[in-house]
Amino acid sequence: MSQQAVPAPLSQPTVQPGKISEVPRSSWAKARERLAWLLVAPSILIVAVVALYPLAQSVRLSFTNAGLTTSCIEDRGGFGNARAGCEREYVGFANYEFLLANDQFITAFWNTVRFTVSSVAIETVLGMIVALIINSQFKARGLLRTAILIPWAIPTVVSSRLWAYMFNDAYGVVNDLLVNRLPQLVDWIPLVGDNLAGVFPEQKIAFLARPEWQMPTAIAVDVWKTTPFMALLLLAGLQIIPGDIYEASTVDGASKWQQFWQMTLPMLRPALLVALIFRTLDAFRVFDVIFVMFGNASKTLTMAIFAQQTLVNGDRLGRTSAASVLIFLCIGLLVLVYTRLVKLEEA
Amino acid sequence: MATVAATKPRATAASATSRRQGTFSRIVGKVLFWALVVFILIYTVFPFLWAVLAAIKPNADIAATPTRYLPSEVFWGNLEYVLENGDFLRALRNSVIVSLTTVVLALVFGSFCAYAMGRMKFRGKTITLYLILSMTMFPAIAILGSLFQMIRATNLYNTIPALVFTYMTFTLPFTVWVLANFFRAMPGELEESALVDGSTPFQAFYKILLPLALPGLVTTGLLGFIAAWNEFLFSLTFTNTSFSARTVQPAIASFSGRSQYDEPWGAIMAASVIVTVPLVALVLIFQRKILGGLTAGAVKG
Repeated sequence: MSQQAVPAPLSQPTVQPGKISEVPRSSWAKARERLAWLLVAPSILIVAVVALYPLAQSVRLSFTNAGLTTSCIEDRGGFGNARAGCEREYVGFANYEFLLANDQFITAFWNTVRFTVSSVAIETVLGMIVALIINSQFKARGLLRTAILIPWAIPTVVSSRLWAYMFNDAYGVVNDLLVNRLPQLVDWIPLVGDNLAGVFPEQKIAFLARPEWQMPTAIAVDVWKTTPFMALLLLAGLQIIPGDIYEASTVDGASKWQQFWQMTLPMLRPALLVALIFRTLDAFRVFDVIFVMFGNASKTLTMAIFAQQTLVNGDRLGRTSAASVLIFLCIGLLVLVYTRLVKLEEA
Repeated sequence: MATVAATKPRATAASATSRRQGTFSRIVGKVLFWALVVFILIYTVFPFLWAVLAAIKPNADIAATPTRYLPSEVFWGNLEYVLENGDFLRALRNSVIVSLTTVVLALVFGSFCAYAMGRMKFRGKTITLYLILSMTMFPAIAILGSLFQMIRATNLYNTIPALVFTYMTFTLPFTVWVLANFFRAMPGELEESALVDGSTPFQAFYKILLPLALPGLVTTGLLGFIAAWNEFLFSLTFTNTSFSARTVQPAIASFSGRSQYDEPWGAIMAASVIVTVPLVALVLIFQRKILGGLTAGAVKG
């Protein structure tokens, strides 16, 4: 051991003069590389233990009949009961076959898709409007930028419960505004007031209890909570667009509307894509906002809720893992599609 | 010549009408613009104000029809009830412990890693970078089952370490990512002069670069704290059967009355406000740092 360590400093004098400076530098570089690895190692270790290993484990378990509290779950006909003492074994693709033939899971998949597409689309449009407004010069600009941080800062659980209270069918403020206040307010508008007032519902709506209103309600709450994030990402993109190109095109007689479609939007595309990626991935694994309001109600059951409930209430580790892997694959597919789009942009 | 003379007056007439239309449409535009500004302000702030109002309304006001907007009197009963509730106080304490520990650990290990990523060359750097980046987009649900199994196997079910441990999945990669960008942007001379003066690279790191990175540490610390404080899925699942380690989010989610149709909204809103006000205050105080960190973590991601 010691023999191996000694030669390096000893050999220094024998090296040609021209290379002298490189010897300490390369040993310094080596020490630096060692230090780099020392600094990176704890984080890599943590990531490996809390994320990589569990992910591999999820894939492995998805091919087994593992239970959570008992060693395995055996299906007996329809519902299947936990049977203590049975052997955990590999069941091939049985979990996947079950899920893909299971009405609840298929419903959960389509609910998730519906939720993701609607909420991301609405958030993008609203976020764009908010970002464009904040990006223009006016007095209350700072105030508005501060205000939109509030929904972002509020915990999702709190926002869900808060909106559930506001959407209450008897004394909720949303119903009061829709049925009582807004029609009165709109009535004051000259010319079109009467027609506008007719748009509002005559009776209060049971947003939370009526199945057909549950998904739109969940989307509305999510839109409120996440539009600020979208707006901030788009705002960051808007702020790097140079202002003088607008002056030039204004001189050329382009309208604001033309400027938006022909200049702002193309230049905002990279930022828009990144924002879309983030929000789509986030929406696709939605759990909190829906679970707090509707639990595992079928109209709003998402894939994440299905997986969590299968684990906690169903005790089925294997099946949960299969559902998790399917969610992961969907998200991986989305990432692939989006990165393709980004690459197409760059090409 | 003739054509020029003929087009000129027509052009001025056209520009005059367009100017008249211009002022009209500009006024309409201004009105619409400010209406939109006011609408966005109300839309974003009103729900939070509504929660604050509900927290100090007498219970009769909360369930009043037609909806009563301002409290008939200030009622402290719901806030008192929540603050005397042992389960809620324990949840509050758990949330503080879990969030702070998570943030401190993520900052310590994350800043080490970020320093190496931002300022050093080493083999395997690119793959580490991609690993960390992919972790920031990782869906927590994909590992819920296997994490649960690990937690049960290590006897950490219903304990605080289980949450700190699992919260690393989302705080650590984010911290590394944002801080690495921070370190990369620093001028190299400072560190080099320290190295020339004979300090070790590690001393150069914590004596010179770390203090300079303080704004970045504050930003990532805040964002990490908010993420940990607001986390729901892991806390709900991994502290499912006991209140001993449950954090505030599942506590608020499960706060309920005798039936689904009899929610104690006053108490729920009081608890919500207690949990949210410190967060909103932090965000408003540090808004510039947070705006910078949010877009750095996302746009560059």
